[in-house]
Amino acid sequence: MTRALQTAELVERLQGVAAEAVTVAAEGEVRVAPESLVAVCRFLKEEPEFAMDYLSSITGVDYLDFFEVVYHLTSLTHNHSLVLKTTLHGRDDVSAPSLTEVWEAADLQEREVWDLMGVRFTGHPNLKRVLTWEGFPGHPLRKDHLGG
Amino acid sequence: MNLPSEQITINLGPQHPSTHGVFRLRVTLDGEVITDVEPIFGYLHRGTEKLAEERTYTQIVTLTDRLDYTSSMINNQAYVLAVEKLAGVTVPPRGQYLRVLTAELQRIASHLMGVGFFLQDLGASGTPLMYCFRERERILDLFEMLCGARVTVSYMRPGGVFQEPPPEFWPAVRHLLDTTPDAIAELERLISENEIVLARSKGVGVLTKEKAIDCAISGPNLRASGVAWDLRKADPYDVYADMDFAVPVGSNGDSYDRFLVRVMEVHQSIRIAEQCYRDMPGGPVRSELPFFFRPPPGDAYAHVEASKGELGFYLVSDGGIAPYRCKIRSPSFINLTVLAEMLLGWKVADLMVIFGSLDVNMGEVDR
Repeated sequence: MTRALQTAELVERLQGVAAEAVTVAAEGEVRVAPESLVAVCRFLKEEPEFAMDYLSSITGVDYLDFFEVVYHLTSLTHNHSLVLKTTLHGRDDVSAPSLTEVWEAADLQEREVWDLMGVRFTGHPNLKRVLTWEGFPGHPLRKDHLGG
Repeated sequence: MNLPSEQITINLGPQHPSTHGVFRLRVTLDGEVITDVEPIFGYLHRGTEKLAEERTYTQIVTLTDRLDYTSSMINNQAYVLAVEKLAGVTVPPRGQYLRVLTAELQRIASHLMGVGFFLQDLGASGTPLMYCFRERERILDLFEMLCGARVTVSYMRPGGVFQEPPPEFWPAVRHLLDTTPDAIAELERLISENEIVLARSKGVGVLTKEKAIDCAISGPNLRASGVAWDLRKADPYDVYADMDFAVPVGSNGDSYDRFLVRVMEVHQSIRIAEQCYRDMPGGPVRSELPFFFRPPPGDAYAHVEASKGELGFYLVSDGGIAPYRCKIRSPSFINLTVLAEMLLGWKVADLMVIFGSLDVNMGEVDR
């Protein structure tokens, strides 16, 4: 059975990487400030004790007051998992740092979140729409998208 | 003698017989050698995630059928597991066994299609594909007995499965389990050591272990690269923890290994289905839930080992009758991350072999 990481201990360990930027969101879930995301992810991937080698999934959620990007991480080495969440404010110009430098798996997934949710990933090498076409009006998974 | 040469860019698809759906590749060639690839897709995008936000939790089951339409049962299973996790619903043992049984039959059907079309892409028109389809048809007949549908089954429900199988289902399963191994063996005799298959696929389109993990490749494609990662073992759901089966892995990560891993997995699926048939408990097949049922506010992620890899559903509930957000982690979509790199340097004739060996389903990629 995949084990969820103990988040209280983890957050303590992460203070060395990004103090103040990491808090417990729920059991097995950690909230990270967007500016520290890359450093935290790199640490989680490279530290042998965590070895988060597998980025399962990236999801964008529109809560109207803010956007949340959810990362589901797994370690194939240790068979444990962790959920990272980051909160993004703003509507017209929302952005998060790209994780493509840490995991190549972020490539298509970030393009999808950009396309459907309108979250821009800074540092992505090829942030084009992927499921809709260039010129598509708006981002369909946003709660205020009315189509047209 | 120096001949002047220039690269040409050609367009493959969106409707090409070997693109497994509506998929387009913009390929740049230097002579016959591929120097650049850009996959373009989205032609089958139906906005499944958006549609889910306006349907009740039970209605969404029908949308999941249409993701990877060659393995609807497993899509149903991934989705209902996520709902059950979100709402804290338990499933009676008979419901869990029926789910595992039907999911494994579906995996056989899906792998047979994957293998059949891969051989078709190699140029073996017709015969091997029809051998695969013959077996797949028999499985679809069983699904028809269960729920009246062959492809878009919607057989599973949050809390269990739709209904008790009819009496004629059980002898039919017995017959299938008795005869399918021979039929697969026949296919293997025809194909596995075939000179042409070996020459066209051995060493072609190698995907290394490190690359596969870094790109979050899953399913048979990951295992063919030598990573023994199968969610049925690594993170068991329903009754997989009680099942005795092996996880076949490849050693070279080439197109041949990806083909072979699928064939070996068919044997393991028969093994699991056999155990489900043997140990099938009695009792109800479903916990009754209200028609408009409202999971408490919160989120949940559940994943299964689908025939193409890790299929996950991330659901967010605001306490209403429909999910606030329904994200589908589709294995075929993420498996495409690596396609362009796998194709570079190969000849245009190898392109369809490599693409076919990934067994991508466009319904699931575009959603």
